[in-house]
Amino acid sequence: MADQSPSRRDLLKIASTAAGAAAGVGASAAARHAEAAEQRARARSRPAREPLTALTAHEADLLDRIAELLVPSDANGPGATEAMAVRYIDRALAGALADQRDAYRMGLEALERYARQTRGGPFLQLPETKQISLLIDVESGTATGANVGFTGSSAQFFGLVRGHVMQGTFGDPYYGGNEGFAGWDLLGYPGVRTTVTPTEQKLLSPPTRVRRSAYDSPMFNKAIVDTKPAGSDRDAD
Amino acid sequence: MPTNLPGTDVVVIGLGAAGGVAVLPLADAGLNVVGLEAGTWLTNKDFAPDEIRNNVRDWPMAVQKCNREVPTHRMNEQAPTTRAAGHAMMNGVGGTALHYWAQSWRLSPFDFKTVSETTRRYGRARVPKGSTVEDWPFGYDELEPFYDRIEHEIGVSGQAGNILGALDPRGNVFEAPRTRAYPMPPLRSTGYLDRMTAAGRALGWHPFPGPAAINSERYQGRMPCMYHGFCNRGGCHVDAKNSPNVTTIPRAQKTGKLKVVTVAHVTKIEVDGNGKITGVTYVTGKEEFFQPAKAVLVASYTYENTRLLLLSTSKAFPKGLSNNHGQVGRHYLSHAQGGAVTALFPFNLNSWYGLPAQGVAIDNWADDNFDHGGLDFIGGGNLWVYSDRRPIGAANMNTFGRAPGWGAQWKAFVKENADRVNTAYLQKTTLPYEGNFLDLDPVVKDPLGFPVCRITADYQDNERKINDFIQDKMELWFRAAGAIDIVRGPLGTMGVNTHAYGGTRMGDNVDTNVVNRYGFSHEVPNLGVLGASVMGTSGAHNPTLTAQALAWRTAEHLVKNWKAIAE
Repeated sequence: MADQSPSRRDLLKIASTAAGAAAGVGASAAARHAEAAEQRARARSRPAREPLTALTAHEADLLDRIAELLVPSDANGPGATEAMAVRYIDRALAGALADQRDAYRMGLEALERYARQTRGGPFLQLPETKQISLLIDVESGTATGANVGFTGSSAQFFGLVRGHVMQGTFGDPYYGGNEGFAGWDLLGYPGVRTTVTPTEQKLLSPPTRVRRSAYDSPMFNKAIVDTKPAGSDRDAD
Repeated sequence: MPTNLPGTDVVVIGLGAAGGVAVLPLADAGLNVVGLEAGTWLTNKDFAPDEIRNNVRDWPMAVQKCNREVPTHRMNEQAPTTRAAGHAMMNGVGGTALHYWAQSWRLSPFDFKTVSETTRRYGRARVPKGSTVEDWPFGYDELEPFYDRIEHEIGVSGQAGNILGALDPRGNVFEAPRTRAYPMPPLRSTGYLDRMTAAGRALGWHPFPGPAAINSERYQGRMPCMYHGFCNRGGCHVDAKNSPNVTTIPRAQKTGKLKVVTVAHVTKIEVDGNGKITGVTYVTGKEEFFQPAKAVLVASYTYENTRLLLLSTSKAFPKGLSNNHGQVGRHYLSHAQGGAVTALFPFNLNSWYGLPAQGVAIDNWADDNFDHGGLDFIGGGNLWVYSDRRPIGAANMNTFGRAPGWGAQWKAFVKENADRVNTAYLQKTTLPYEGNFLDLDPVVKDPLGFPVCRITADYQDNERKINDFIQDKMELWFRAAGAIDIVRGPLGTMGVNTHAYGGTRMGDNVDTNVVNRYGFSHEVPNLGVLGASVMGTSGAHNPTLTAQALAWRTAEHLVKNWKAIAE
């Protein structure tokens, strides 16, 4: 087994620190405004939301916007919005991740209070630059000190949301995200196969992309999505 | 009162990697065997290629007995105690071998004779201070026939490097002599692995494909590996992973001598007034049963082997079964597997498919394969790179300080680099120390109300020095293959681990070991212990094949000495 998980966590920490630095010195204000306008336009053309199973409409709106900031839709292709990452989260919170429902409720309430207290308005009405700087506060743990109701560190809440947005963007569509295989296309993942040939494992011979869920194949029993499994730290080799 | 069941000859507690192979020689010899397994049967239909279920939500470790009794950990007796949410061991017929990586290594002769070999080459003072390491009661040669037997019974693919002294540079030229080749050729190479092999050779090292309990071609009527990329924490959808549930257990069942009882949670091993085992008590749901037996083999993994003995108190053994010398729980170690090294390449590696056992190893810096005369540690590490990638894991890749953790710049980074990263797995020699041990947690209990196991352990200087040394070597290898950036992970501490050793150590000295050279208790004649809990050293390679070879040997010993041990 490789203990990839601990190192991955450490690496995320490094990456997060870099995020703060990079966003602080990022694009010019004008460019940001242009981008924001573009994104608002995209939001208007977003498909109608399916009925929610766990989240409230306001929570889903907040998460949609956060997911959009984490994995934006841009010249590099569709992002978390098109992938329906929040549909993944909503379904998971009604099933396998039900024990994290309260963490979302409390975290999003705290985020809203923090927005009003430090940025002068509700999160969704803030300009994009303020939304980003606020998310950096939440990510870094800075928002914890404002006593707006984050449980433990605000960084924990950020990690929770980021992790689930990644799962919703890059996970198997069976679970409600990765709509249209948007996430897999972004990474260049050639797709779920049950057989891989020697040629498909050679350099310079990337396999052709297949677009299907693991459960499109009748050979597998469907995963149960409505129970909470135990957590685990390490792989077993 | 528990329901009394009809008696049997042998009870094996746990049908995982060790217990699952031991049942075969017992059943073949005509002994009646009851295998008590806490989990259930799973089939290849249960093993969908599903990253969310396997790797994110940690199935198949879900709803498992062993994940309701996860040990607590503290780095030393003064440090705070913490408890992980879970760990990667699982219950099920086949145990963790259902979803393990299936790397099937033999240990090096040095691992059996660490004290005497270190003394011979470098002087007694080089054995780290505070270590309780002893030579094993026998050397590699004694275990070789059992390694060979397991490799052929379950099926191991690999390239021999030393057959009876004849070296073959395609294999591991540092391996100890084996009597014959592996029963199957190694798993296939890939474009990336070819590149790493060439880079290793260019450094003057000796890269070779690693051994795996995975079929590289049809074996015993089962399919070869499909290389589909979901082996890591997943069971095999074509039964090409040679877990006992598809190899030795069905064969033992065919004799009519093995009865498999699933969802059986063993709570106590019972003894009579003379300290001889009479049977075991187990719980299924709310029902309690007593299974009489003439001999018991405990095969439930290091933490549970230790805990079950400590919980099995009696007049004859007031401190726990086989613990009148106070050795149950001592000499604990978990493999130094942390300190991964991750590399970024300027080109795609095409590593989306494959499996963790499909890789290239370098053993030039393992065990005592190099001169430690000018160094300040003993032992070493195995360098291992492999082909294994899934999309969520890829999206969570290290950004090497080149991009933030989210947003447009991050997205551009992962779009370019998702297939350009590789992490090496580095297993390193780990020794037992005086302050590292297992006992019962004074506070935390499992759902039945029994205390969980408590780990008190941390790595010491020898492990830390090996870690630095091995990370340097790994970085050299990655750079030689064209890597443009490197990140090193921390070694971490000795928390709950899938390579956990000791607690019921094997040795001739009754004052420092729980079981004798055959795996039977020094204090309880009809108690045998199977698994890595009997191992006093880790070496630099995965423990499973060694645990299986030892389990087979213990079972054979029981068969050959049935009257003396059990009657």
